[in-house]
Amino acid sequence: MLTVDSLDVYYGAVHALKGVSLRAEAGEVVTLIGANGAGKTTLLRSISGLVPSRLGKVAFEGKDITRMPPHDIVGLGISQSPEGRMVFANLSVVDNLELGAYRRKDRAGIREDYDAVYRLFPRLLERRRQTAGTLSGGEQQMLAMGRALMSRPRLLLLDEPSLGLAPLLVREIFRTILEINRRGVTVLLVEQNAHMALSIAGRGYVLETGTVKLEDQASRLLQNEDVKKAYLGG
Amino acid sequence: MTEFLQQLVNGVTLGLGYALIALGYTMVYGILRLINFAHGDVYMLGAFFGFYAARLTGAAVEPNPLKAAGILLISMVGCGLVGFLIERFAYKPVRKSSRLAALITAIGVSLLLENGGLLLFGADPKFFPQIVRATNIPLGMGVTISNQQIIILVVSVALMLALRFIVLNTRAGKAMRAVSYSHTAAALMGISVDRIITFTFVLGSMLAAAAGVLVALQNPKIEPYMGIMPGLKAFVAAVLGGIGNIPGAVLGGLVMGIAEVMVVGYLSPTWRDAIAFVLLILILLVRPSGLLGQPPAEKV
Ligand SMILES: Nc1ncnc2c1ncn2[C@@H]1O[C@H](COP(=O)(O)OP(=O)(O)OP(=O)(O)O)[C@@H](O)[C@H]1O
Ligand SMILES: [Mg+2]
Repeated sequence: MLTVDSLDVYYGAVHALKGVSLRAEAGEVVTLIGANGAGKTTLLRSISGLVPSRLGKVAFEGKDITRMPPHDIVGLGISQSPEGRMVFANLSVVDNLELGAYRRKDRAGIREDYDAVYRLFPRLLERRRQTAGTLSGGEQQMLAMGRALMSRPRLLLLDEPSLGLAPLLVREIFRTILEINRRGVTVLLVEQNAHMALSIAGRGYVLETGTVKLEDQASRLLQNEDVKKAYLGG
Repeated sequence: MTEFLQQLVNGVTLGLGYALIALGYTMVYGILRLINFAHGDVYMLGAFFGFYAARLTGAAVEPNPLKAAGILLISMVGCGLVGFLIERFAYKPVRKSSRLAALITAIGVSLLLENGGLLLFGADPKFFPQIVRATNIPLGMGVTISNQQIIILVVSVALMLALRFIVLNTRAGKAMRAVSYSHTAAALMGISVDRIITFTFVLGSMLAAAAGVLVALQNPKIEPYMGIMPGLKAFVAAVLGGIGNIPGAVLGGLVMGIAEVMVVGYLSPTWRDAIAFVLLILILLVRPSGLLGQPPAEKV
């Protein structure tokens, strides 16, 4: 479904991705773990078309999207809940969700998806008239994910959805990710919380300073000595 | 009292003109964090487009409301096109460059429009024809309002309401608000940020065109440099109201217009232009985010 082929990305002189290759098959949960500054966010940003790549190729369902503008990539069925959530702080929860469905015209389907999002995150329904900037961190994360779902994506990119959340909420978020996946959405999950991420993912990639160090079944990565030492706290 | 009320009527009319121009500054700033210094010159072009449209339609000889509306429309469409071209060929190429590059570009575009205007329209002032015959209508207590002032009032308010509707209720307006919050987040919603920026420039330029025609109804003398002072004052009005804030631009414009008329009436006409800068300094000292602007909040 998604293939990233030897991608090279620079920020000026900083070589952030050095020939990264990765794939996700339809229906999978794939996770990408790595230390701060490894290039995880950069990879998601280049898949979404937000940062240009110098070399390499990104394809989605057989279509080359390497140079496609971000808004068209959303139209193809890839959406992202970005690092830092980026909810529209000055707009209400409903308006945020509505913007998530910006490219869609099927009113009935959109209405269904509001309901689906509210079922996944009942808290958002309670707070739907509230300004997004006044939501708690966890609620903003739910909103960012819900908003990303409103475009009815086939591939969902999640950048550190558990960042800064209380442990209980973290578990809830991961449960929700599985639930979203069960409804047929392929998920590419970037996480600092490697243990949780590897326990819900089918496969995983370990990114280190812009290169893929390891790639394996998630269960095997959980047992891998290097991974344990570097990312699972021993 | 009579004099004060009369000044107020005149001040509001003048202020609505500033407000229409200020809206363009504030919308473009909201979306690009760019001060479009050429905006006052678009206002000038609006007056000239109206002038030539009036000639073309013969409205100068035989005024009628339909022709007047047509002139307004032609001028707005013309300036909308100019706004589109300015964005596409001047600002877009430097969008990824430094702020300084954008600022220098803005000044360059402004000079280009002024000198282009000089070349095309000539340096001698022209006189905007009376596309509506002037009459004065008494409001009671010795206060009068001209029918031109009424037109300015009605058309400005109608345009502002239309803008409000666009921004709050249409798809493009919602996208504008998203883009003004964050280009990245907006792009991730599937919004074409480029298209929304274009839309914003066109909208702002159309409002400036309307101001050009409306103000010329009252002050018919038009020349290629006429946009500089009103442009600056409208910019100050936008800052006064809180730059980036749409209702703020309207409020700032009204405050500016009323203050100017009062200063001229009660102090001295020599202060006419200075008051704008006094207001600018005051607001920057007392409330730098402007009357309706929110103090910068941290983004989560
Ligand atoms: N806009 C930018 N300009 C310059 N360098 C950047 C920029 N964004 C990221 N980088 C650099 O690129 C590298 C990869 O950054 P990236 O944000 O992709 O890392 P990450 O794996 O997401 O880290 P984290 O876990 O902290 O979110 C880092 O060295 C970072 O400093
Ligand atoms: Mg990151």
